[in-house]
Amino acid sequence: MNHSKKQVVIIGGGPAGLAAAIAAKKSGCTDVLLIERDFILGGILNQCIHDGFGLHEFKEALSGPEYADRFIKEFHSLGIEVMTGTIVLSMNADRVIDVSTRGTYKRIQADAIVLGMGCRERTAGAISLPGTRPSGVFTAGSAQNFMNLQNIMVGKQVVVLGSGDIGLIMARRMTLEGAKVEAVFEILPYSSGLPRNIQQCLNDYEIPLFLKYSVIDIHGKDRITGVTVAEIGADRNPLENTKRFVPCDTLLLSVGLIPENELSRSAGVKIYPKTSGAFVDETYMTSIPGIFACGNVLHVHDLVDHVSAESYLAGRFASEYALGQCKPSKKEIPIETGKGIRYVLPQKISGEKDFVLSMRVVDPSRNQTVMVKCGENIIAKKKMVRLHPAEMIRMDIKAEKIGNATRLEVSVE
Amino acid sequence: MNSGNRKQYDVVIIGAGVVGNAIARELSRYKINVAVMEKEMDVGMGTSSRNSGVIHSGINYKPGTWRAKMDVLGNSMMEKLCDELKVKIDYIGKLTVAQEEVDKQTIYDLKTQGEANGVPGLEILSSEQMQKKQPGVGGLEALYSPSTGIISPYGLTISLAENALQNGVQYYLRSEVCSITKLEHGFTVQIKNGESFDTKIVINAAGLYSDQIAKLVGLNEFKIYPCRGEYYILDKRLQGTLSILVYPAPHKGKAGLGIHLTNTVDGNILIGPSDEYIEQKDDVACTADIMKKLQEEGHELLPGLLTSDFIRGFSGLRAKQNPPEIGGFKDFVIESRKDVPGFINLVGLESPGLTSSPAIAITVRDMVKEIMPLQENKEFIATRKGEAMHFYEKSPEEKADLIAKDPNYGEIVCRCEQITKKEVLDAIQNPLHAKTLVGIKYRARAMMGRCQGGFCTPRIVRILEEEFGYKPEDYLLKSSSSPLFVGYMREGGEQ
Repeated sequence: MNHSKKQVVIIGGGPAGLAAAIAAKKSGCTDVLLIERDFILGGILNQCIHDGFGLHEFKEALSGPEYADRFIKEFHSLGIEVMTGTIVLSMNADRVIDVSTRGTYKRIQADAIVLGMGCRERTAGAISLPGTRPSGVFTAGSAQNFMNLQNIMVGKQVVVLGSGDIGLIMARRMTLEGAKVEAVFEILPYSSGLPRNIQQCLNDYEIPLFLKYSVIDIHGKDRITGVTVAEIGADRNPLENTKRFVPCDTLLLSVGLIPENELSRSAGVKIYPKTSGAFVDETYMTSIPGIFACGNVLHVHDLVDHVSAESYLAGRFASEYALGQCKPSKKEIPIETGKGIRYVLPQKISGEKDFVLSMRVVDPSRNQTVMVKCGENIIAKKKMVRLHPAEMIRMDIKAEKIGNATRLEVSVE
Repeated sequence: MNSGNRKQYDVVIIGAGVVGNAIARELSRYKINVAVMEKEMDVGMGTSSRNSGVIHSGINYKPGTWRAKMDVLGNSMMEKLCDELKVKIDYIGKLTVAQEEVDKQTIYDLKTQGEANGVPGLEILSSEQMQKKQPGVGGLEALYSPSTGIISPYGLTISLAENALQNGVQYYLRSEVCSITKLEHGFTVQIKNGESFDTKIVINAAGLYSDQIAKLVGLNEFKIYPCRGEYYILDKRLQGTLSILVYPAPHKGKAGLGIHLTNTVDGNILIGPSDEYIEQKDDVACTADIMKKLQEEGHELLPGLLTSDFIRGFSGLRAKQNPPEIGGFKDFVIESRKDVPGFINLVGLESPGLTSSPAIAITVRDMVKEIMPLQENKEFIATRKGEAMHFYEKSPEEKADLIAKDPNYGEIVCRCEQITKKEVLDAIQNPLHAKTLVGIKYRARAMMGRCQGGFCTPRIVRILEEEFGYKPEDYLLKSSSSPLFVGYMREGGEQ
């Protein structure tokens, strides 16, 4: 078996991995390797042919492939080593990974690893959709792959379950390609997609969005023939008098994304249940020394720009770790979720570095303040006109503000 | 009727489930012409692939019945059969647990019954002894049956068919039998596309539809009541949680053996099955109420279970002979009809049909022998071509060797199950020429993981296009009326 050593290995060549690799190289590591399972770099951006990417990073609206291309060009200009068509079969806490590629099986010892595997879509099975198992039921992302990358039309009469961003984008995409999108049904009382996507993908095309509604049965033994939908009551049971049949030949599911952490778990990386991603400190290092995580494998982002920003940092810290430039900190300050906050990231800090605090709120609200406190001491605060679970909040926190804090709590007040 | 250009067979088997295929494979040891008629696009599309995948020991059946005899014999034959066919099997044993005082007598009676049936190694275990077999299992006492095993039910069904085919059996897929005409000696069997075949012997192995096939030769005394069992498949994260099967002590009048956890040979855990009599023989839907119940049971049986561990629900149908108001079990019908000479009739082969299949095959072979002489086929090859283990089950060194030999092993197509392109290509080029995505799934195990094909279906679609010239209209999920796509999005834009 082929053995080798690397300073930093990046797993995943999507937006997270690309930015992490670029940052690692620029921070002084000469021996950086990026591993990508697809045959090309760019990850899921390749199938996102709509625009709206890069508003923060480049101050312009790019399509997914254009956004990816800027990073891929820089990546190649830095001469970073890459293995495409390659999958990591196993990883352990000593940062030894086994990879498989056409014709080769390799074992690599890394000084630092950055996890950038992204996320996968929640399936019909995962949300326990009752009914038959016909053809014509797709996750929105696979339908997007078939249409945008393989020129294949998946259906003509469509129901979308879930109002995640990919579902909204695909509702518009299928309409533009001549399909009839009957409606989008969302079980929550608010959309889980970005407000701009509700406007640009549904309202502009007169596609109705039914909140507090779900699909409660799938019909059709061979190809799907329709779904039964109903309003879901407070007890999570369907309300009898709201049940109705909606005919369709296609059901698209946009019911959530799950960070792809099976590999992380197999190495013993501790998972934070609120994000289903790794438990990390302010350097994006996981519970396993030398293993870092960023992007959607860490927590699901709504904007790729934020993935890039986060991954630059993770890549830089991984490089410092590999070069032996970071000394372990003595202090460990936990950051916890308080009222109105679904999750925070990082979950612990040393208090010695400035850092970016990311979070999501539990419910939509207006004119509130996000508070970061230690007891009654206010460390930081941010006034927000609109808070929405679909929109991640990021705050820059200065180390000098932390002082002698032993525990931080983030809440909405 | 003019039989001039009709194909002539000695034996036509109706139904390519595990029983039909086991019979076909057994008969391929002899110099006779055998054909199998299957209405679906692939073998094993009915009950044979939709069950718990358990090789039963034989404690549950009354001594002297077909079920007892066939199960115990079948169980003893299975290890060698699986070795020859390269099918995964694991005799992990089973605990039948007495939860309450009243259950104790039930398990003692099961032990006596099992011993009368010839089940080896039965023991009553105390609560402490149970803990040693499976830590955390609750209950007063348990009956331990070491010969209970787990197997891939579709793996066995497909392998039997492939081996039968390799030994000369003809398979007709998408060939629903619609009439059987009695001739002076034998029968003419007609399928839905109009094609007919002459045969000396007809074997009814049509499972849920065995009553309808029997009716085609005038046997009206059979009726099959489909009884649905729903299951959940749990994430492989939980692999290793169970080292032995644990069933509750059975309660009288139930159609099944009670909801329980079953490990699969591929490393998942199943929760189920429920039992519910339904109207239609192809209604394999999952229902909200039962899914909810299974989830609750799952959480009770497996503390620490997460909602995200439920990766898919599925259901299968039992071919019951008793109507719902009677319930329970009725013995298998395994008979060579004297009133319809040449018609071998198998009806009501519900559980333990999978375990019994090799024993039923030799029983039917003896029935065939009474009708026509069987001369040994010296060219019979008992071993199936192909790999016994998946790539992901091999050691790193073996993986490296495989990849060096065939680069397609290096390309992982299904990330969840780590299924390689080589395995997908083998499944696409299967000897039976089954051409559905479900066929690829059952053979290669791609699309069976936690992402349920979200990642690999687009890649498999690409492989089928690039290497086999598929057009969007050619992709079928499981039947000719289950297309995956409607066509190209842009004409002339194909890649």
